[in-house]
Amino acid sequence: MKTTYDIVVIGGGPAGLAAACAAYDQGIQDVLILERDKELGGILNQCIHNGFGLHTFQEELTGPEYAKRYEVEAEKRKISCLLETMVLDISPEKEITALNRKDGLFTIQAKAVILAMGCRERPRGALNIPGYRPAGIYSAGTAQRLVNIEGYLPGREVVILGSGDIGLIMARRMTLEGAKVKVVAELMPYSGGLKRNIVQCLDDFGIPLKLSHTVVDIKGKERVESVTLAQVDENRKPIPGTEEEYACDTLLLSVGLIPENELSDKLGVQLHPVTGGPVVNESLETSIPGIFACGNVLHVHDLVDFVSQEATMAGTCAAAYVNAGRTEETEEIPVKCGSGVRYTVPAKIRPACMDETLPVRFRVGQVYQRASIMVRSGDTVLLRKKRPIMAPGEMETVYIKKDSLSPDNIGNDITISIEEE
Amino acid sequence: MEEKKLTCICCPMGCQLQVTIRDGQVEKVEGNTCKRGAEYGKKEVTNPTRIVTTTVRVHGGSLPVVPVKTASDIPKSAVMDCIRQLKEVVVEAPVYIGDVVLTEVAGTKIAVIITKNIEKLCEKQNL
Amino acid sequence: MYDVIVIGAGVSGSATARELSRYDLKVGVLEKEEDVCCGTSKANSGIVHAGFDARPGSLMAKMNVRGNQMMEQLTEDLDIPFERNGSLVLCFAKDEMERLEKLKKQGEENGVKRLQILSGEEVRRMEPDLSKEVYAALYAPTGGIVCPFELNLALAENACQNGAEFYFDTAVEQIEKTEGGYRIHAGEKTYETRCVVNAAGVYADVFHNMVSEKKIRITPRKGEYYLLDKKAGTTVHHTIFQIPGAYGKGVLVTPTTHGNLLVGPTAVDIEEKEGTNTTKTGLDEVAQKAMRSVPNLPLRQVITSFAGLRAHEDGHEFIIREAEDAEGFFDCAGIESPGLTSAPAIGELVAELVTGYLCAKKKKHFVEKRKGLVNPKNLSREAYQELIRENPAYGNVICRCETVTEGEIVEAIHRLIPAKSLDGVKRRTRAGMGRCQAGFCSPKTMEILAREWKVPMETITKAGKDSRLIRGYNKDSL
Repeated sequence: MKTTYDIVVIGGGPAGLAAACAAYDQGIQDVLILERDKELGGILNQCIHNGFGLHTFQEELTGPEYAKRYEVEAEKRKISCLLETMVLDISPEKEITALNRKDGLFTIQAKAVILAMGCRERPRGALNIPGYRPAGIYSAGTAQRLVNIEGYLPGREVVILGSGDIGLIMARRMTLEGAKVKVVAELMPYSGGLKRNIVQCLDDFGIPLKLSHTVVDIKGKERVESVTLAQVDENRKPIPGTEEEYACDTLLLSVGLIPENELSDKLGVQLHPVTGGPVVNESLETSIPGIFACGNVLHVHDLVDFVSQEATMAGTCAAAYVNAGRTEETEEIPVKCGSGVRYTVPAKIRPACMDETLPVRFRVGQVYQRASIMVRSGDTVLLRKKRPIMAPGEMETVYIKKDSLSPDNIGNDITISIEEE
Repeated sequence: MEEKKLTCICCPMGCQLQVTIRDGQVEKVEGNTCKRGAEYGKKEVTNPTRIVTTTVRVHGGSLPVVPVKTASDIPKSAVMDCIRQLKEVVVEAPVYIGDVVLTEVAGTKIAVIITKNIEKLCEKQNL
Repeated sequence: MYDVIVIGAGVSGSATARELSRYDLKVGVLEKEEDVCCGTSKANSGIVHAGFDARPGSLMAKMNVRGNQMMEQLTEDLDIPFERNGSLVLCFAKDEMERLEKLKKQGEENGVKRLQILSGEEVRRMEPDLSKEVYAALYAPTGGIVCPFELNLALAENACQNGAEFYFDTAVEQIEKTEGGYRIHAGEKTYETRCVVNAAGVYADVFHNMVSEKKIRITPRKGEYYLLDKKAGTTVHHTIFQIPGAYGKGVLVTPTTHGNLLVGPTAVDIEEKEGTNTTKTGLDEVAQKAMRSVPNLPLRQVITSFAGLRAHEDGHEFIIREAEDAEGFFDCAGIESPGLTSAPAIGELVAELVTGYLCAKKKKHFVEKRKGLVNPKNLSREAYQELIRENPAYGNVICRCETVTEGEIVEAIHRLIPAKSLDGVKRRTRAGMGRCQAGFCSPKTMEILAREWKVPMETITKAGKDSRLIRGYNKDSL
């Protein structure tokens, strides 16, 4: 088997596919994708609902359809893929150790690596939900796989904790496959999901959404028999006396996604305390030169279109790195989070290396109405963007222009903050 | 005269719309903050539609079910009929994206189509 | 006709079965759950206690120290991990020193070797993450850690290798005295036996009281725990206790043999013998108490929490003897901490009593060694490569968090004592034990279980009985 490649992409989901195609289009054709599943497309394969691709293709696709479009692009370019292949280790010298049935344990030497491993769901344990530990407690994604790919119903009477889009979408999916979804509970005073999903996944089927509620007990020794919800106070602590018990056989948890960075961590890549993903510069390059990251492994996205955009950039930059053979040493400016901003990607910018415009993505910490995004450097306002509404569940983007970062314009850092009127 | 309350889905604002209907006609939409909201309120009250995505059984395929969708949106009132009709459908592998499962679903003129390729199960497949 | 029926395939029952299988005896083990190690033996701290806690002269003290000494050889014979990582008992004030000294003296009386009192500074040099408030500590280098499930399974498998018969999903309902021994009713079946070993954990009082007028009482004493990600596994290297109180050894912080960090337990007496639910109060208490030892305990790294039940007998002593008024009925009751440590010694003692009663003879060929499951992670690269060539399933990773392959899962399903459920696979291979808590691998593991057992997916359970994971098919009710 071939053991050296210019670029190796870890993960064949939407991020990995777009990154590989972009690298190819920049003239680096010696690209390999390593994918742990038996097909490309990643988690999109189980997201059979529509709503993907409005930005990229100006039409509404389902997850598998969106994935297929990129898979076809990769096929056209004859990009090599190894499926059912698990990457066990990546060294800072870019030697990748992987495992599969056919080749056993093997190593591949790359000139550049693109991390695109995606994310995983936060499990029950991380929430410390008290109660028994019977069958019938699933993360929403596990249930999604069982229903959408294998055709099994994991339960018939369902309570869902978490009103992010996955939780909402699963409420509709379970209902349309014949289960009774009794309630969706949300710890926060607002839903992290799109309004469209609240209306079309819950309201359409008369499923109640209980904001500021959480699960305080799970009963049933073999299979779930009931779930008890309680209202929470402003510190998210359950309020005694507000408990309500729901008879059900299933609890679905949709309580957050975590970028899957065990490989990156072992590799020694610097990770961001808020995103859980690598800290990257404007080229989406991690703290280790020649190692790039994109998609949900970098930070959790809500729209796959933005994943594809970001991955295209990572692929382009990785190709440039391979072509140049090194990372340019030049001035680097940190991007700081001002009030209301939880994180930014990238977290640092080298003005000399950026394109004419650079998208900086970030999330806000609370719901804002009629506020402005301010991008400042020192006393200079680089950019001001009015937004009628911003919410933690929706990623924001500002486009910073290269010419706005002229030396007499910028101070020691760039700060993005939210200012209310 | 009838008044209907609904949440606008056009953006995260989620404006609470109040739609006034007189003689089956939308008289006014209130509570919206933009034009899209007014249009949404009008349509949602007079002719609400949805795209349905679900699964149908596959015979002889590498996976037991395949995802499908309605080729365009169908009346909201037809959603459950559409689902029940699809319960009876079994497709023979292989199936490919765009293949038509039903030409006219639930009394509409709208087709249901495959959204994922499923190959024939040839040999004993590995997990 | 059995010579011995052991009730319960927990660690005491399995250790007893193993010791009995050294003799020419027909041994049966009846277990109400679908697998070994489903009760008290499952959810505990996994500590091999040094032996300073128990009252000198007590059976508990004797069994603890003996069990601790046996652990090295036993775990080697049974091919399971064991580590003498050493224990520290912390005290936080000068006026607790007297109690610490007393503990040391007690340990020495019990025969615990190399006990030592260290100053706060000395302890913090060993464990930099310990609290500044730690005034001194008792250091017991002979303390260790073992995986409770692996120990239990290995004992049972080795007993099985040597002819002991295990019956699962077999709950004993009634025990009758007969002419030559006892008749045990379990479900549809009856078992005739010359003698009975009652190793039923929190139910030991129920069975004892069926045959004896000298009643005993076992109270389930709940202990709740947090298990932390391997990232937090090196927070401490020793097992960190606090100076004990009335309800046992208090909250500990310890690494596990698999590299996680375990924190707990609480100690609350309850009525319910199956009351293994966690509670908010309990978990909060664990966190609060543990942070006294390790103030920066990384509780954000919690991957799961669980509760176990100790089989607490009123006299807080192991009851290992023939019931006074029931000949041939041997109790192995009140086995709470240090029960896991003591298990090998308990097995030895029960076997001594039983074989004495039956005048049994040792077998000529007892197979002392048991081979554990193949773990590719322990193989050299070449050996692993060879393994995959022979069986490509070892190249197919199913559980990504713990890197468990299809080959390992298939082996677990075909062992002498097989994995039948998700939990069965998890305990044997660690598939699903990692940070995603089976989110990704459970559908795949379920498929492998269904395929290997040749049963439909909807019969696959989390842990036997009615813990079925699938409730139907898409649209079947529409």
